[in-house]
Amino acid sequence: MFRNQYDTDVTTWSPAGRLFQVEYAMEAVKQGSAAIGLRSKSHVVLACVNKTSSELSSHQKKIFKVDDHIGVAIAGLTADGRVLSRYMRNECINYFYTYESQLPVGRLVVQLADKAQVCTQRSWKRPYGVGLLVGGLDESGAHLYYNCPSGNYFEYQAFAIGSRSQAAKTYLERKFESFVDSSRENLIKDALFALRETLQGEKLTSSVCTIAVVGIGEAFHILDQETVQELINEFEIAGEEAPVAEPAAPDQAGVAEPAAPDQAGGAEPAAAADDDNQAAPGDQGAAPMDM
Amino acid sequence: MTKQQANWSPYDNNGGTCVAIAGADYCVIAADTRMSSGYNILTRDYSKIIQLADKSVMASSGFQADVRALQKVLASRHLLYQHQHNKQMSCPAMAQLLSNTLYYKRFFPYYAFNVLGGLDNEAPKVLVLHSSHPFWTTNSSLQALSCYLRRMQVTPLSEAEAIDLVKTCFASATERDIYTGDKLEIVVLNASGLRSDYMELRKD
Repeated sequence: MFRNQYDTDVTTWSPAGRLFQVEYAMEAVKQGSAAIGLRSKSHVVLACVNKTSSELSSHQKKIFKVDDHIGVAIAGLTADGRVLSRYMRNECINYFYTYESQLPVGRLVVQLADKAQVCTQRSWKRPYGVGLLVGGLDESGAHLYYNCPSGNYFEYQAFAIGSRSQAAKTYLERKFESFVDSSRENLIKDALFALRETLQGEKLTSSVCTIAVVGIGEAFHILDQETVQELINEFEIAGEEAPVAEPAAPDQAGVAEPAAPDQAGGAEPAAAADDDNQAAPGDQGAAPMDM
Repeated sequence: MTKQQANWSPYDNNGGTCVAIAGADYCVIAADTRMSSGYNILTRDYSKIIQLADKSVMASSGFQADVRALQKVLASRHLLYQHQHNKQMSCPAMAQLLSNTLYYKRFFPYYAFNVLGGLDNEAPKVLVLHSSHPFWTTNSSLQALSCYLRRMQVTPLSEAEAIDLVKTCFASATERDIYTGDKLEIVVLNASGLRSDYMELRKD
């Protein structure tokens, strides 16, 4: 209602104490195609859905290598994401030049957050319209952070952003407790499962998604299409129907996996894949950027 | 009134000799591991050789602090190149980068004498500054070794023969040059990759 009066520029507060331009920027993140991140003690997996504007074009690059130990997946204005990735790469290179050691992930995300905050407090700028899932490794272990256009950042065990990310988040909320001790393969499997949730029935193939991994002893790299397709086939999750049959997977996927002590609780309740409306971070009421 | 002279120099010469040879299908880059200052030996075990890219290896003698700074700058630029182009820098590209980086400091130079060896589209090359040579040496034993290596131009050598020649050259240079000795580090770059070898030299 009154939104339109106070949303002209980013340096105008609304009477309710909100900066609408920043919230609109976060809206842009929600419109982008989904990106998912999960982490264990030793690995971080980033996954994203590839959306092409037409069959003739190639898909947008959404996952960027920032350094051997850090990678980022973006959702929203991909051009902003590209620019921020370049900034992150430069920071890593400069840090290494000075200290001859890897830039800790936590430091990088703070710099990124501060950079985003500047754009929320200058009348001649606009906020970056991109959300970044920063996954990386440093001396204190594996980390996954989410950087918001508002300048906020949070650390996560697992998270999803972009359109239809709620479906993925629901899946991740169920399974996240098992991620800490998950093996690399299971982590990737869970990423693919979560990704499939966002496709809402579309077939999951390697041409629709991109997966990247970073871990102890493993530099950040994007898995090539054949590997991803093999993994999909192995886990047999390229289901056409709505993802209800997921609990049946443990039988078929038993081929290459260790006995499933890492499946949370073992006995998964069937078909809980629809919107759970559990304690989803309260989007209603509180200004989104305060979360 | 005589011109005022500086009572301090930003530079020091840490000595050492570097050699690079390009053969038909290999490239040999070698350098001694002695680091000196004046009549003193600072250490007997300092590597002057660095692998800048998949197929580019650089050896540098001169002022090692400047050498190290130069190596770091090139390494950082190479990282940037990889992010932008999704591939490693080729040897000629690296040579051009080296040339530009050195010229950037034309009026306060890097006191570094470099040989860059590598494979260019699978054909080995040794590159020094802006020209391409089949062999080159820098610093301490420049003159002494050059005449030995001129032999290369007459009879093409196999990889093993080239390594042998390098070892002989260094053994000989060590005899007469006080700044060369201790240990020889040899790096061989060929189609199957990179390998390192060491040989002891006289310690005096």
